[in-house]
Amino acid sequence: MTTLTETPETSAARETPARRRRRVDRLPYLLLLPCLVIIGVLLLWPLGQVVAMSFYRLNNVRQLRGDREWPWVGLANYVEILGDPFFRTVLRNTVLFAAANVLLTMVLGTLVGLLLNRLGRKMAAFVASCVMLAWATPALTGTIVWKWIFDDTSGLVTWLFNALPDGLSQSLFGHSDWTGYGWFNSPLLFFSILTLVVVWHSFPFIAVSVLAGLKSVPSELHEAARVDGAGPWKVFWKVTFPLLRPVFGILIVLSTIWDFKVFTQQFVLAGGTQDRPTFMLSIYSYAEAFSPPPKYGLGASIAVILTLILLVVTGLYVRMVLKQEEDA
Amino acid sequence: MTRRAAGAGVKRLALNGAGLLVALFAAFPVYWMIATSLKPSSEIFSSTPRPMPAEPTLEHYRQILTGNLIPGVTFADFFLNSAIVAVSTVLLSGLVALLAATAVARFRFTLRTSFLIMLLVVQMIPLEALVIPLFLMIQRLGLYNTLPSLILTYLGFSLPFAVWMLRGFVAAVPRELEEAAAIDGANRAQIFRRILFPLVAPGLVATSIFSFITAWNELIFALTFINDQERYTLPVAMTFFFGRDDTAWGPVMAASTLFTLPVIVFFLLVQRRMVSGLVAGAVKG
Repeated sequence: MTTLTETPETSAARETPARRRRRVDRLPYLLLLPCLVIIGVLLLWPLGQVVAMSFYRLNNVRQLRGDREWPWVGLANYVEILGDPFFRTVLRNTVLFAAANVLLTMVLGTLVGLLLNRLGRKMAAFVASCVMLAWATPALTGTIVWKWIFDDTSGLVTWLFNALPDGLSQSLFGHSDWTGYGWFNSPLLFFSILTLVVVWHSFPFIAVSVLAGLKSVPSELHEAARVDGAGPWKVFWKVTFPLLRPVFGILIVLSTIWDFKVFTQQFVLAGGTQDRPTFMLSIYSYAEAFSPPPKYGLGASIAVILTLILLVVTGLYVRMVLKQEEDA
Repeated sequence: MTRRAAGAGVKRLALNGAGLLVALFAAFPVYWMIATSLKPSSEIFSSTPRPMPAEPTLEHYRQILTGNLIPGVTFADFFLNSAIVAVSTVLLSGLVALLAATAVARFRFTLRTSFLIMLLVVQMIPLEALVIPLFLMIQRLGLYNTLPSLILTYLGFSLPFAVWMLRGFVAAVPRELEEAAAIDGANRAQIFRRILFPLVAPGLVATSIFSFITAWNELIFALTFINDQERYTLPVAMTFFFGRDDTAWGPVMAASTLFTLPVIVFFLLVQRRMVSGLVAGAVKG
């Protein structure tokens, strides 16, 4: 059918759908056109534009509207950012936060996935439904509820700490009255609570994905390993993990990408963009660009740095997915 | 034998105990949000919190639904703004994604693989990095401070995943059905409308729910592109009116509950497909 010279028998098949499809090969491009235009205009063009903007000094919204000149400053924005000691704090916050969150999310998610696989049917369904609730809750309202749980007067955590025996609380923390305690005041505490919020929100996806992976592993393999006397730890690392390596790879990359650009949770927990010691790259970029006085060029250069970091991670992700599509 | 049975019993107990702990950790905040929203203020601000509302009340719901947050604007108006934006996004993105998914799932053409790779890559673009250039675009288009600025933005954000997800549904429709219709003399438009569309409809619903959640939950762009308070979407209104200090937690939790419930319901309907969409072939069921 694919040869151009046809015998009389094959030319009789000329009107089959397959044949017809070959004739109208402009159709797929027409179908793709709206999608390509939208992705081009709303995602790819802005991506190029943010790079372009990072080379200009843009400190006035009128410049954006096109009413004023765009002074070209070359790499000055990058020089300013990279030379600023504060940028190093922000970068350190971002990397440490992402690393801690990816690690904790992966560990907790994997453990819960393994647990769901071992539980009885009804129990597994119940726990899975509860886990889904955490996943389904919007980042915004999830964060607001955690903020309420850590409220410094009537919050549950404040009450719990107040309920500790005074002597114990005194010897452990140096004070026994927790009412009015600033849970979000020190950067370390802030990041710990932010980690709690983010891990709470993201471990369900890992758990469900790991569970789906486990279901695809023939249970005989585990049984055989167990019969051979391997403990749970050994079974996981020698049987489960190697089999699910591609799944883990993708989950780690996705988590890394997500945890590098956490914004909503931080914005809500910090109550805006004023809490500079806890800045990470995405909120730093936003605050530079939109908090008065606006510095769109400077904000753009931070956004470019964030994008470049994620580009490396994305490269890994695409390679993994494509490899699996080939293997499939 | 009995000792082994006892050992298995202890193990089962430990597993179930761990399961309950996980369930508690995951579901508690959602429970606490709803429970708080139903408590009278005296119970919310008491020094010993009750696990359940002793005298459940809808006063906080009444307050946010009827009270004016700013003169003439109630919670319902923000709800409506969010609904307009989310539904418009869903309709546009569903239509465009269906066309593109059909192209990818039904045709072999030169740039097919490149298009699929591009879909994967653009999903990884950090949207947070696009606030500044999209703000520029919205300013230039004269769309600043309008709901269409958000519809346009969310359309771009939801489209790549929608196409990625829908292409599986289109591919799952047996080709023979279309070929049979073609033999019966149906043209392409008829095949698309009468055969493909009805069979892909459930997948389209799933994809639409995903786009809906994307648009409904989004905060940063809505915060940046909308200036007039009466045009705020719900997330912006919530951070603006309720995110300040000395918060009235009763109304905040009532608003959060109203914001969250539709998402949870929709989410539970489609979560299975989200996993397979995101892990994209890594998991073979």
